[in-house]
Amino acid sequence: MAAKSKMERRKFLKGGMLAGAAAIAQPKAVMAQQSPSASEEAEVLITDSCGSDYMVDVIKSLGFEYVCANPGSSFRGMQESIINYGGNRNPEFITNCHEESSVAMAHGYFKIEGKPMAVLAHGTVGLQHASMAIYNAWCDRVPVYIMAGNYVDAAIRRPAEWYHGVQDCAGIVRDFTKWDDQPASLIHFGESAVRAYKIAMTPPMAPVLVVLDAGLQEGPNESRTKLSIPKLTVPAPPQGEAGAVNELARLLVAAENPVLVADRLARTTAAMPLLIELAETLQAAVIDQGGRMNFPSHHPLNQTQRAAAAVGEADLVVGLEVADFWATVNALRDQVHRSTRKLTKPGAKLATITSGDLYIKSNYQDFRRFAEVDLAIAADGEATLPALIEAVKRLATGDRQRVFQQRGAKLAEASRTTRERMRQAATYAWDANPVSTARVAAELWAVIKNEDWSLVSNYYSEAGIWPRRLWDFNKPYQWPGHAGGGGIGYGAPSSVGAALANKKYGRFSVSLQTDGDLMYAPGVLWTAAHHRIPLLSVMLNNRGYHQEIMHVQRMCNERNRGVDRGTMGSTLTDPHIDFAKIAQGMGLHAEGPITDPKDLGPALRRAAAAVKRGEPALVDIVTQAR
Amino acid sequence: MMKRILSTVAGFVVIGVANAPAQQPASSAPAGNAKTGQALFMKIGCYECHGNEGQGGAAGPRIGRSPMLAFRNFITYIRAPRGEMPPYSAKVIPEKDVADIYAYLASLPPAPAVESIPLLKPDR
Repeated sequence: MAAKSKMERRKFLKGGMLAGAAAIAQPKAVMAQQSPSASEEAEVLITDSCGSDYMVDVIKSLGFEYVCANPGSSFRGMQESIINYGGNRNPEFITNCHEESSVAMAHGYFKIEGKPMAVLAHGTVGLQHASMAIYNAWCDRVPVYIMAGNYVDAAIRRPAEWYHGVQDCAGIVRDFTKWDDQPASLIHFGESAVRAYKIAMTPPMAPVLVVLDAGLQEGPNESRTKLSIPKLTVPAPPQGEAGAVNELARLLVAAENPVLVADRLARTTAAMPLLIELAETLQAAVIDQGGRMNFPSHHPLNQTQRAAAAVGEADLVVGLEVADFWATVNALRDQVHRSTRKLTKPGAKLATITSGDLYIKSNYQDFRRFAEVDLAIAADGEATLPALIEAVKRLATGDRQRVFQQRGAKLAEASRTTRERMRQAATYAWDANPVSTARVAAELWAVIKNEDWSLVSNYYSEAGIWPRRLWDFNKPYQWPGHAGGGGIGYGAPSSVGAALANKKYGRFSVSLQTDGDLMYAPGVLWTAAHHRIPLLSVMLNNRGYHQEIMHVQRMCNERNRGVDRGTMGSTLTDPHIDFAKIAQGMGLHAEGPITDPKDLGPALRRAAAAVKRGEPALVDIVTQAR
Repeated sequence: MMKRILSTVAGFVVIGVANAPAQQPASSAPAGNAKTGQALFMKIGCYECHGNEGQGGAAGPRIGRSPMLAFRNFITYIRAPRGEMPPYSAKVIPEKDVADIYAYLASLPPAPAVESIPLLKPDR
């Protein structure tokens, strides 16, 4: 019945448009011949409430600030409701030039703001464009709230809606989303929309997908009573079982050289103070693998820059939400016959706390190699820290505390020496052309260190090691972590999304932007300019997909048939890409290409001034490979 | 079998580039042309991991001066590296080319003193 009424309404729209045009231009006799047949029913316009209005009510109740989208007809009803019925506020529509940018923006936004951003994707085509970015978010355990439009009812599809329509819309991304549904009614939508949010935000967090039937969006809300909006209650994250937590505390207190390894530990801003408290209570070494901003870079117990040595000395290694614990305590050598070796000394105990043990899928292999451990706690790391700290404090006697203090002094000295060595290392190739990546980090630090800064991305930039070596990271929002799935094209849009989250706090967002990454979907620079998102993008332009250059080089070496053509197919030269012109064309302040390191400081300061005015800016620096 | 051969080779090559125990007088190295060596350093991909001036990076250690590895250790490591570095056989880089690269690395000026660079002053 509903399908019939929709089809008839559509006929009327077509006929009505013809009739209207005729009334203006043609005599009455002709009008009579061409007027709609009596069988075509006049459409009653929806003036009170339509399906997508209710959808917006539900979406607003979930607290979304923004919805990112490249416009698509399969969610035209929803888009109209957002901008008119919803007043384009909470959520505000953000215009993207590619669905991969929409999802990656939501990925970066979450990692600063701690709550999901909504994304709208156009049926089949938009979701396929979005899929790589969804995979990145999945691997990174980041919730992204995706809504995809789809004309489910074949009887109402326009021609384009056939190849934009799909039986199982979510199928293409089901392997790397946590949950999906295609509601068949508004009541069904309300429940599924709230359920999706709840599932996405429960550790291990992950993207979810709700398919919006276009007929349901565009049709009237025919409910005789006001539809209620289901109440959202996000579950408390799972804590470690008390006995296991006490056992881990016992191991930690008894260990002579415990090492705490944190990767995706910091789910909220509460995690860093907790990890500091645990580390300082034990005077234990901490390695921050950088999946999130877990631990201050200059803390005396931070041993990240001497991680291999710290793991090698350890008699207990504790992984806290570590994505690849096997590779933390083992090494695999990339050679013709691959070999492995343990990084820990014989007898070292291994323990993990991770929500990764609570949920896993089969097809995509992002769960990494199986790690043999002595104690595995299936729980959220951050939620388990308070109980672990209390248990450690109960067990830490005076004798052990004296041992802890001696250990802490040694670690502080090792940390100080390592930092000094890093400063020394930065002096090599200081005046080189192309510019050394250490020089870029040092010049940039001088420009931003007195700002309330946030390094929103350095994806696929090994130069990213330089900020972590030289800069003083001590706030949770100063580093959001990596892409997750290794899909290039994440850096630029995730930076813009993170900068959007930073905007309302007045923070100075800066990204180290690689050339190969930006070339995937540079249109996100326009999005930053259009929506006045302040972000300083500092290009580390090595004119190639350098990691791939190294891979092919390795093959050339291993096959022993010439090593001088390894760059073929992986460089971005001839012609050189002028990123400043690209950015200027999209409305950004942009400078470059800069090759002389002496020009770098002034260019960065001019770009920083533009960012402080609320604009995005880009400085293109031709750098060394790594 | 191949694994055993590899591990035996690795057992002999115990001196890595990054942690060379001793320097060797430059005179013990075969004569090399630094300019040719610089071109080779780029052409065969040394720069990819070690940086254009051998300063080191995330993928490879510093191999320039301070200290300069003894030539014999240098070429031994290139032929059968112990770590992640891929091997460079004599077929693809003859000893003369290695000598040129060695000469290039030896010709690089020393890095400036860290105290002379204001941007590297520790934060207070």
